[in-house]
Amino acid sequence: MSGPSSALVAPNGPLGFVMLCHTAFHRAAETARHWAERGCPVVIHVDRRVGRWSYDKFMADLSDLPNVRFSERFNCEWGTWGIVAATQKAAEVMLEEFPSVRHVYLASGSCLPLRPVKELIAYLDERPRTDFIESVTTEEVGWTIGGLNMERFTLRFPFSWRTQRWLFDRYVALQRRVGFRRTIPNGIVPHLGSQWWCLTRQTLSAILQGPDRTLYDRYFRRVWIPDESYFQTLVRQVSGNVESRSLTLSKFDFQGKPHIFYDDHLQLLRRSDCFVARKIWPNANRLYATFLSDDATAQAGGEPNPGKIDRLFSKAVERRVKGRPGLYMQSRFPNADWENGRTAAPYSVFQGFTDVFENFEGWLGKVTGTRVHGHLFAPDRVEFAGGEAVFNGAIPDSAALRDYNPRSFLANLIWATRGERQSFQFGPADNQTLNWFMALDGNAQISVISGAWAIPLFKSNRNFADIRREAARLQKIEIDHLAILRHSSAKARIRIWTLAEFIENPMEPLQTIVDEISPRSLRRLTEAPRMTDLAGFGQFLQNLRNQGMQPVLMGDFPAGGDLQPAEARRGRPYLVK
Amino acid sequence: METPARLLDAYRLRLKRRRLLWQAWRRRGELTPVSDRTAAIRRDDILCFATVRNEAVRLPWFLDHHRRLGVAQFLIVDNGSDDGTTEFLRAQPDVSLWSTQASYKASRFGMDWMVLLLARYGHGHWCLTVDADELLIYPHWDSRDLRALTGWLDGQGRRMFGAMMLDLYPKGPVAAHPYRAGEDPLAVLEWFDPSGYGIRVQEPMGNLWIQGGPRGRMFFAQEPRRAPTLNKVPLVKWHWRYAYVNSTHSLLPPPLNRIYDTDGGEAPSGLLLHTKFLHTVVDRAAEEKRRGEHFSNSAQYDRYYDALAENPDFWIPQSRRLTCWRALESLGLMSRGGWV
Repeated sequence: MSGPSSALVAPNGPLGFVMLCHTAFHRAAETARHWAERGCPVVIHVDRRVGRWSYDKFMADLSDLPNVRFSERFNCEWGTWGIVAATQKAAEVMLEEFPSVRHVYLASGSCLPLRPVKELIAYLDERPRTDFIESVTTEEVGWTIGGLNMERFTLRFPFSWRTQRWLFDRYVALQRRVGFRRTIPNGIVPHLGSQWWCLTRQTLSAILQGPDRTLYDRYFRRVWIPDESYFQTLVRQVSGNVESRSLTLSKFDFQGKPHIFYDDHLQLLRRSDCFVARKIWPNANRLYATFLSDDATAQAGGEPNPGKIDRLFSKAVERRVKGRPGLYMQSRFPNADWENGRTAAPYSVFQGFTDVFENFEGWLGKVTGTRVHGHLFAPDRVEFAGGEAVFNGAIPDSAALRDYNPRSFLANLIWATRGERQSFQFGPADNQTLNWFMALDGNAQISVISGAWAIPLFKSNRNFADIRREAARLQKIEIDHLAILRHSSAKARIRIWTLAEFIENPMEPLQTIVDEISPRSLRRLTEAPRMTDLAGFGQFLQNLRNQGMQPVLMGDFPAGGDLQPAEARRGRPYLVK
Repeated sequence: METPARLLDAYRLRLKRRRLLWQAWRRRGELTPVSDRTAAIRRDDILCFATVRNEAVRLPWFLDHHRRLGVAQFLIVDNGSDDGTTEFLRAQPDVSLWSTQASYKASRFGMDWMVLLLARYGHGHWCLTVDADELLIYPHWDSRDLRALTGWLDGQGRRMFGAMMLDLYPKGPVAAHPYRAGEDPLAVLEWFDPSGYGIRVQEPMGNLWIQGGPRGRMFFAQEPRRAPTLNKVPLVKWHWRYAYVNSTHSLLPPPLNRIYDTDGGEAPSGLLLHTKFLHTVVDRAAEEKRRGEHFSNSAQYDRYYDALAENPDFWIPQSRRLTCWRALESLGLMSRGGWV
């Protein structure tokens, strides 16, 4: 096999690579050449499902290298025994043909060395007896595929998970139901771990030449995903020096599939200080050009530290699985109760406050420093703060547009104003579509002065028959709304006072609400909003009653003498006037 | 468990899909090959399908943009252009061109032609079906081409990739910003609406219905139902049995419309940067109004065309300037969906 240019190849050293390849052979060939030329023998296994033409070309590409071998080919379907068989055969070739090799590194065709191979050799030379293989018991692993963990070892898996999923699932369910269990030979304790290891000659040969190999092979042949458990389990039988981690940097997504590294990951990969990474996008020209050149020696190498780049990947998984709360968009449209937050941020809804106070909006904005809107759901137009025609996020004030899709309207508004708390007024005259949505939204703070809608009617210059009709309509709407707010499933922070209760002692509720909105500025309210004049309101309610409409939401208003705020009694002269 | 009503829906949609395929097949005679380079298509090539009419101004950049993203061949139907589009496309080495004088509207706004070409040449390929005024972008598009994206989608077991149309506009009246063929349209159309898009799910196909944007805000605030539909599924690993239903807004079979996650997670998605509002839109609006080929009930959109012909200014202080894809992602307009 040695070619004419074999003079370029360094003498074989203590490290050899076993490469499992099934695709992108031009890249695998580059990597194999890189290692081989630097004195690391390489044994390559090519999936038997790969066509003759590709295989021959791959062999021809590497034919000038004296320390590259191709091993017997097996079918390597994911999750099956073939991958282990291929690894065994290739490792045997390695141990047999390259006596100088002390550590065997199992890699794939899509692996890429991130640091010069001599740094890796130096690292291993300092730890000549250590086996680097992730090997943890089934209780300790955080990752499982198909909900199977220990059952990988105790059930049978004659069907393919990828292509016969239905049969696979049914057969697992059947075995669970009848209580089938395989016995584990010799009472070995199953361990799991990354497929990519680096083992010493002693350990590897002890596994491959052990007296019970036939027994173990027969057992693992029917274990699910044996490439993640065969060596990981048996290494515990023969080695006293297992370092349970992989030297190969490999990150997995939420489906358990490996993340792919692209050109834009260059700095990230450098930062990890790992020796080898997988898997690399075959067209990542910059990665291959950078890491397969010897200039890479320039950077300082420390202990491999894949943890340094973990954050990026865990954040990506979180975004994929949980998404951004309160975001509704083209690829995130959660079903009800799966939103992980119905809206993006806390907001406040005030019902009746602008009826009771004359300058409530201005006052609230000043005291809390939040954006205070008018009635966002008013029937004629959206009353954005400051009367704006278009608000943040380019949301127009058209009531028709809002009513066409109220939920999108509110979710968009809260999303587009993240970072600035929104407050708005609400009332029974407004669009009520979102009453349930807001009541079930943990971000909503809903404060209601029930019956306050009667104040504008009381002050209006309308015929009493109209007033009575309108009062009856609004009362019915508010009763329905309050029933929703009082429902046991409501998640919003909801406070309800009757008008009479509130007027008697307005400062305490206001203080509570303001404290909740801006919890850090815990200070007493020194300035209060101006309460509207309610002289004669009790009589007004009595008139409604006399006309046959029963106002029930206002609380107890004496028909004759008017209710007065209790400020004098509490001795707070700065309070509501 | 499937309820009888759902099974009936499924059966109806199956019939509908077969009818659409049959309808597309019947229109095969309408397409005359002008330059057929489909023999050069290789097994894993990414293909781009489009129907165009008088797009000589936009096409140079359109082709370059998607070429850079790794589209191997464009399969284009030229619907009666007379502005040099035909000659330009014929000269492109990676364009296969068909021409037709038949009605755009009768061909379901070109969809019958697209479905026909997709079935014939797209089977087994990742196929991008877009209009000449749409530029596909997606997370990492500046450093990873479509081969990387589709390779990853394959690995994820996803057959389709959603990309909402993002209407771009200039600051000031649209006609005040002249654009010449070959220039970067994004240098002129720098602004977009960051939010305010209304979303709902449409049954029985389960596709999203997204509306809003500057057109919704300016022209359809009083009748929002008529506002343009913005959701699209332009990138699909095609099978000859698939069919686009309503532009590329929805397709059959229904699972292909599930570009969104319903359990709170974010699926991957991109954006179609919509370059409709180049200065040419003003003259074009009058022509499209006259032809009445763009909406099934065209008369109801007269006011829309009139407003466009009046050289509108879409810009408002809340508009955002187009910067990088990361900004678009953080606004929640698209998502990398786990693609690190």
